[in-house]
Amino acid sequence: MAYYIVRRLLIVLLTLWVASVIIFAMLQVIPGDPAQLMLGINATDDSIAALRSQLGLDVPLLQRYLNWMSGMMVGDFGYSYTYGAAVGSLIAERVVVSLPLALIALTLSTVIAIPVGIFTASRRGTATDTTAMAITQVGIAIPNFWFAILLVYIFAISFRLVPAGGFPGWDTGLWPALKSLLLPAIALALPQAAILSRVTRSALLDTMAEDYIRTARAKGLTAQHVLWHHALRNALIPVLTILGLQFAFLLAGTIIIENVFYLPGLGRLVFQSIQRLDLMVVQSVVVLLVASVILINFLVDLAYAWADPRLRREG
Amino acid sequence: MTLRPILLGGLAAILFSSSALAARMDLTIGMVLEPPGLDPTAEAAAAIDEVVYANVFEGLTRIGPDGAITAGLAKKWTISEDGLSYAFELREGATFHDGTTLDASDVVFSLDRARAEDSTNAQKALFSAIEKVEATGETTVVVTLSEPSGAFLYNMGWGDAVIVAPESADTNKENPVGTGPFKLDNWQRGSAITLSRNENYWGEQAKLDKVTFRFIPDPAAATAALLAGDVQAFPNLPAPEAIAQFEADPRFIVAIGSTEGETILSTNNKKPPFDNIMVRRAMAHAIDRQAIIDGAMFGLGTPIGTHFAPHNPAYVELSETYEYNPEKAKAMLAEAGFADGIKATLKLPPPSYARRGGEIIASQLREVGIDLEIIPLEWGQWLEQVFKGKDYDLTIVSHTEPNDIDIYARDDYYFQYENPDFKALIAKLNVTAEEEARFDLYRQAQQIITDDAVNVYLFQLAKNGVWDAKLNGLWENSPVQANDVTGVSWSE
Repeated sequence: MAYYIVRRLLIVLLTLWVASVIIFAMLQVIPGDPAQLMLGINATDDSIAALRSQLGLDVPLLQRYLNWMSGMMVGDFGYSYTYGAAVGSLIAERVVVSLPLALIALTLSTVIAIPVGIFTASRRGTATDTTAMAITQVGIAIPNFWFAILLVYIFAISFRLVPAGGFPGWDTGLWPALKSLLLPAIALALPQAAILSRVTRSALLDTMAEDYIRTARAKGLTAQHVLWHHALRNALIPVLTILGLQFAFLLAGTIIIENVFYLPGLGRLVFQSIQRLDLMVVQSVVVLLVASVILINFLVDLAYAWADPRLRREG
Repeated sequence: MTLRPILLGGLAAILFSSSALAARMDLTIGMVLEPPGLDPTAEAAAAIDEVVYANVFEGLTRIGPDGAITAGLAKKWTISEDGLSYAFELREGATFHDGTTLDASDVVFSLDRARAEDSTNAQKALFSAIEKVEATGETTVVVTLSEPSGAFLYNMGWGDAVIVAPESADTNKENPVGTGPFKLDNWQRGSAITLSRNENYWGEQAKLDKVTFRFIPDPAAATAALLAGDVQAFPNLPAPEAIAQFEADPRFIVAIGSTEGETILSTNNKKPPFDNIMVRRAMAHAIDRQAIIDGAMFGLGTPIGTHFAPHNPAYVELSETYEYNPEKAKAMLAEAGFADGIKATLKLPPPSYARRGGEIIASQLREVGIDLEIIPLEWGQWLEQVFKGKDYDLTIVSHTEPNDIDIYARDDYYFQYENPDFKALIAKLNVTAEEEARFDLYRQAQQIITDDAVNVYLFQLAKNGVWDAKLNGLWENSPVQANDVTGVSWSE
């Protein structure tokens, strides 16, 4: 097991370094000068030159990469060109919105999907199963931003139960903050739940077709007992894979939902920063997101090992 | 999850909002873009002025809702006979939000900082006529110009010319310290900026005690936020398609105002075949402005025929100079030797007026044989390729700086327009201070660029204001990029 973990960790570090090089290089090819963009079309050339040197844009490329990397080693992500604030604090402000949102959405989606998956798998071919699968098909097909706007019209405009968007901040209290994350979390969770429940169902059905399940049934165990004690754990691998992917998506891929609900999350930070050519922010946030995706995959790998002891030995 | 907390929360919200109605002192304003910083002297972004202009920061003069210059931190001024020396007398008792007193040295500092060699002011040209700035007393400042400048008092009313204090100038970006009737209360980045009333304001106190600017980029979300009452005003709603819905709703007022944004089909005047005046005039005849306004802007916008705002008293109505007539356009192109048609590119920046307008213009020009390849660009690319590199044939952009017809006199500007007569006219305008004479020069200037068909002048960008019917005092037009809330109040 220790060997398995060490090997995985080395791969994680190598991937991170390669990602940082790629991200930095890619941002340098984006056309446009951040200083010119900030000062607009009436700016004089000497104002732009003065700003470029203020922002450190006149430093050679390699030096800029090394400065950025060495800063990050000690947790210093540099300063945003446009906000002027430390990138680290900008990210911290946004993580307290994005992370809870992703966690709530993931919890909601899991709490809905796993029972639905198990339930439909155990009643395969019945009317309940067909109906539930039809609903999940619709859930996958509906774009989440459209569903989000629908939720806003019903719960924020017609019933005025929750705000139409925005985030008041955790300092206004737990309930107002949670209330503003409720609709976005539902909008994010339902399509994910639809996918997850289908995966759970088919993974269970596949497992139920295995020889050892037949053997277990032949020993005289009930169908329910076999499902819960023999099939479920073995069906978990594909479910864990999807869960890991979904969490990574929820952390990084909520740009659209954050725009619809104008939430100050990480996705919106990246989006705004790209528009403003605020490269310091973009590169640091993207590296952080890559790191979190890699970390999640690492944890999922560990979870595989827990779910399937064979992986520990072969690893 | 139970329904109960939701219902209780909803009930509380309803109770709270009805009790708050009695004496409402707060306002939430929706804006599309968040300002990158809050220092109007450091960056060009319009969103900065839209939050801080007149609310947080003030200049020597001030531009009012009708575009006229009024007194700001200077309560009065005298101009010398030769127009070279401006003596300003400052307000007594004006203080910065950090408690320090505003005096003549702050004015000297602010103007010197803006025009310094290492200045990063986005509108440094506003200060180019200044030769020296001297404090002649505690509250008197004399500005000496190197040549007379007719627009000097107007220039001092721009957000880029506000007065800042030496102690706080470097940190205004994050923590603005101005002299205005509001001060920064809280900035939740990515979400909202809250201003609270400055109780020590030198002039008339603001009527509201809290104003929040909330940033909502998505048009559907902006509409929903207004309908849900989360924001009570959207001075420029990004969803023109929703305007009709608000007009029909008695809870809202819809105010379609004018901006300083002349939206034009910018033309590279040095690149063949657009260096040929016949081709440029033919293009002007080939374009149906109203169809573009209807198709790209949902009918909101005023057709223009020159680079000037229709609400300006010196505006000349020239939109019919080149009437829409595709047959005539074709004949003119043939006469110019382009009977077989023209192939060119149209580079479009991100705003919807450009992207949607560009499609319509391309199809209108195709009718007369001008075949355009549409190339969408991000702003950074647009600035680099089109604006700096002049590597373009045609582009669409809205020029939002007020009274900016003088850009046609600039050397090496991206239109690549060279007309010595026009340059002479602007030079004369710069040294003319008398209003009627200035108006007359402005009128001549408009006529020249229209005659030369430098660009195709499309329409003046509208300001689609929607706000709660009980709100008073918001600006209908935007002669300067601002959401001045100093005079805004709720009626009972």
